[in-house]
Amino acid sequence: MNPIILGPLVTAGIAASLALLISLIDRVVNDYGEVSLDINGGKRLYKVRGGSALLGTLAAEGIFVPSACGGRGSCGACKVRVLSDVGPHLPTETPYLSPQEIAQNVRLSCQIKLKKDLQLEMPEELFSVRKFKSTVTLIKDLTYDIKEILFRLEEPKDIEFTAGQYVQMVVPPYGAVKESVQRAYSMSSRPLDKNHVELLIRLVPGGIATTFVHQKLKEGDKVELVGAFGDFHIRDTPAAMVCVAGGSGMAPFKSMFYDMRGNDSFPEKEIWYFFGARTTKDMFYLDELRQLQKDWPRFHFVPALSEPKPEENWTGETGLITDVLEKYIKEKIGKDKGLEGYLCGSPGMINACINVMTRNGIEESKVYYDKFA
Amino acid sequence: MPPLINPVTLFFASIFTSNILLTNFLGMCSFISISKDWKSSFGLGMAVTVVMTITAAVSWIVLRFILVPFGMEYLSFIIFIIVIAAVVQILEMVIDRASPALYLSRGIFLPLITVNCAILGAILFMQIRSYDFIQAITFGAGSGLGWWLAIMLLAAIRERTEKNPVPAGLKGPGITMITIGFMAMAFIGFSGMIAVQ
Repeated sequence: MNPIILGPLVTAGIAASLALLISLIDRVVNDYGEVSLDINGGKRLYKVRGGSALLGTLAAEGIFVPSACGGRGSCGACKVRVLSDVGPHLPTETPYLSPQEIAQNVRLSCQIKLKKDLQLEMPEELFSVRKFKSTVTLIKDLTYDIKEILFRLEEPKDIEFTAGQYVQMVVPPYGAVKESVQRAYSMSSRPLDKNHVELLIRLVPGGIATTFVHQKLKEGDKVELVGAFGDFHIRDTPAAMVCVAGGSGMAPFKSMFYDMRGNDSFPEKEIWYFFGARTTKDMFYLDELRQLQKDWPRFHFVPALSEPKPEENWTGETGLITDVLEKYIKEKIGKDKGLEGYLCGSPGMINACINVMTRNGIEESKVYYDKFA
Repeated sequence: MPPLINPVTLFFASIFTSNILLTNFLGMCSFISISKDWKSSFGLGMAVTVVMTITAAVSWIVLRFILVPFGMEYLSFIIFIIVIAAVVQILEMVIDRASPALYLSRGIFLPLITVNCAILGAILFMQIRSYDFIQAITFGAGSGLGWWLAIMLLAAIRERTEKNPVPAGLKGPGITMITIGFMAMAFIGFSGMIAVQ
């Protein structure tokens, strides 16, 4: 036979038979049978098939451990505490774990293969996490680079969450992006409106998910959301809330403020909201929030521009939001019931605000934040 | 016609007098990078030995019963690479199942071995020198043990010389290369005692 045909044929034949052998051996060797998962000391018991990564197996059972990278071991979000012995930490896990977490045998669930019965510990609220099929019903431009997106939940129809929590949006592959990714966004909608989720999404240059939202997403599109996650919520104390956000960091606060206003919850809390931007071009919801301040005596809205232009006729505060914040904490905010910090924004802004707050007498343990890189 | 070398002689020859690492300089990359401590060296050396023995046997079968009858010996490079990859993959799965502890301590080296040129080198020597099946296995095992011996020696030397005052420009890989050179000279001193060709 012609060697031009025979050569590839022999090579392909050998490769194919080896591949077949591998998958047969995989079938036999990787059959760990049925294993049981005992979560939170017997509170929940599952019988599942072994052999795959813990993260995927849990997802198949409807337990969505947060994961921004989808199990590639690059985000470090899918932490669970494993009480059974599953061997030492892998080199792929240690960069994401603190020494305390390693001592407690906290593991990345995407890196652990399920081989035997396991005992796990994870926060109870993860069990209310669902994957939602939703339809985009409204896309509104808030500024030149921030959009407000409203999703109507189709299946399941209702989401349970507390104001301040976030969802992960599943971005399908598009253009040069070959893999589906998930990104976390705080919900700006009220928890009472269980059928809808509203997100505020700022265009990050080069960002996979934000580019998708700003350039591809249209009203009527179907999008999957996974949530709710996060422990950013209003603490039930009489202390005044000092909230700072810029840009799309407004989202969790919008949810919190309108929820508190609607339910008249935490009636003792005074609320101070500092919203920083460069120019009026970056400002949004100004009229709504000023109206809210007028109708609701314990809510104080402090918008500040760092670089106002003369023609904008800005009458509010000017300067960096941290300077405005410091001035208000020193001079205007009543401290007799104590203060709590609530921050949402970039790591740089959060660190700067933590510095201002701690040097003005707010304990660091009472500063709460969601850091979105 | 296979060379008339006694398999036992071949086994010891490939460990000492024709050490694949120190006389043919195959598998240098992992040899230099992993030899910092003797524990990892031991693991890697053992994994190389096991993989080399098994791939030598499997490749011999593939060569003898598929490539030679079809007259396709010129495909041996690509076929052997596929065989090595498959064997390593299967070995990884089996070890993972049979002994998770062993998998955790040694298994991480297996993917590294897939691209270790000493393995392919040993198999190609086996083909070039027309070994028979028994010779192929003993040559594979011997070469693997020789590789293990060489990396253990280097690791021992590196652990002892770690604190030695080395000129700044020679720290790390530099002094390691010099060390390997001395070791190779010592080993090459044995060459020619037994002809393995």
